[in-house]
Amino acid sequence: MIHTKGLRRTFKGRRGAVEAVAGVDLDVLGGQTFGFLGPNGAGKTTTLRMLSTLLPVTSGQATVAGCDLRHQPAKVRERIGYVSQEGSSYSEVTGRRELTMQGRLYGMNRAVADKRAAELLETLELTDCGDRKTKTYSGGQKRRLDVGIGLMHLPDLLFLDEPTTGLDPQSRARMWDEVRRLRESGTTVFLTTHYLEEADALCDRIAIIDHGRIVAEGTPEELKREIAGDVVLVGPEGSPDKARDILKGQDFIRELTVENEVLRLYVDRGETALPQIIRLLDGAGINLATLSLHRPSLDDVFFRKTGRSLRETAP
Amino acid sequence: MKLLRDTWLMFVRYFLIFIGNPAWVIIGVIQPVLYLLLFAPLLKSIVHIPGFPPGGAYNVFVPGLLIQLGLFGASGVGFGLIDELRSGVIERFRVTPVSRLALLLGRACRDILTLLIQSLILMGLAIPFGLQPTFLGVVVMLGLVALIGLGMSSLAYAAALALKDENSYAPLVFTLSLPLLLLSGVLLPLQLAPQWLQDIAKANPLSYAVTAARDVFNGNGGSPDVWKGLAIMAALAIVGIAIGARRFSRAIA
Repeated sequence: MIHTKGLRRTFKGRRGAVEAVAGVDLDVLGGQTFGFLGPNGAGKTTTLRMLSTLLPVTSGQATVAGCDLRHQPAKVRERIGYVSQEGSSYSEVTGRRELTMQGRLYGMNRAVADKRAAELLETLELTDCGDRKTKTYSGGQKRRLDVGIGLMHLPDLLFLDEPTTGLDPQSRARMWDEVRRLRESGTTVFLTTHYLEEADALCDRIAIIDHGRIVAEGTPEELKREIAGDVVLVGPEGSPDKARDILKGQDFIRELTVENEVLRLYVDRGETALPQIIRLLDGAGINLATLSLHRPSLDDVFFRKTGRSLRETAP
Repeated sequence: MKLLRDTWLMFVRYFLIFIGNPAWVIIGVIQPVLYLLLFAPLLKSIVHIPGFPPGGAYNVFVPGLLIQLGLFGASGVGFGLIDELRSGVIERFRVTPVSRLALLLGRACRDILTLLIQSLILMGLAIPFGLQPTFLGVVVMLGLVALIGLGMSSLAYAAALALKDENSYAPLVFTLSLPLLLLSGVLLPLQLAPQWLQDIAKANPLSYAVTAARDVFNGNGGSPDVWKGLAIMAALAIVGIAIGARRFSRAIA
């Protein structure tokens, strides 16, 4: 559904060209829900804007929904839906009117557009507020309407730019259901998110972009498996520096990083590592405030691949 | 065909948004009415000064007022676009197959229609004061207002798309529209101005529209100045559309 090779985009800045996307290869199969993750400024939005025809490509090849992105952008537009981060409805227009307008722009006649709009309002549980101006909508209703607008013309491929950012947990869960329903209906979804548990819960495959390049790609399971072993979080009382110095040289610790006064250790076997850590720190007179053992999560994958925690980079 | 259909869809959208908020229609009419009530009577006392064009105070002032309505009405349209830009709607439209030119023309047609309605209201209100409209005068006048509306609102949209922010758009528009207004002879005829001011005013396209409007209102419908005014406004409209359309079709980051 999406196939790119060496996709690049440079912006002309005051100090010469800035490479926002530096050669991205992506393969998204039809019917998949694909998660696209990355810290802010990594090239995530630039890539999304290129794939949805909003931004011209500097170089490289891309096929989107079966059409060449650079030479047939008009054909691509007919086949994709795009839901931007900012939203897509205007405060002074009713939800129903936004939907029919969208349908009409894709060539539907009034009757077809009205019918499809009513259908979408129904499935998105917006029928009650469909005839109210969107400025009266809650955050979750507005976001569902955005998705409805993107789906109005039954696209093969839907781009969702951070569909749940800023939503309360209940609305987020509701949006997740919507994405799952899309997957069941065979629509390919390409989504960006700041929430790794979201990517883990929804996506068939995930790509992580950093500094304009793809640094990891695979199913959530594959990516987690790549980080063999377990993660131990050690929170010493006071400064973590002394504890770090003691643990740094130990053979059983494969990698050690410090984040927010907490040591993050990657170890092969958590159950045997814990007693060793306690013994070492106890021997050095360091008291522990917290100690926990985790299976690697996508957060750990992200952290290992980009050196940053995704939460830190969230806006 | 597609262009016409898309333009129509956009026109209907923006017209419904506009009449959904009648405050703007009222404000748009109140301003020129205030000029009519509070400024035009002053002119009555200077009608007899040498150089004041013939036709009486209202037949001289109202045509200028209508041009001013066109200028100010059209230059304010960018605010709505900036609001919509921020809500993500313009980006949404740009991912659809909609004609890029229709994004501009649909809005501009709405602007023209509202200007024409305001112009008719204003002319009607001016009749009891002493305006003596002719059929040709009204038709040419509306044509001039429509062309100014088309040209100026297209330029206003281009500026709004380039600046993307009310705080830079508002100062730009007010800074530019004031000299355009002062140098057009709307308030007082330029015939009363010193020669150097008249020379500068020749560079202002709107001054030709004002001259044309006055001529046609005062029985000189066939004067070359009327054609000149219409031609210059048509040129302004074409330039405005070209610049506006280019902006709409380019990436809006």
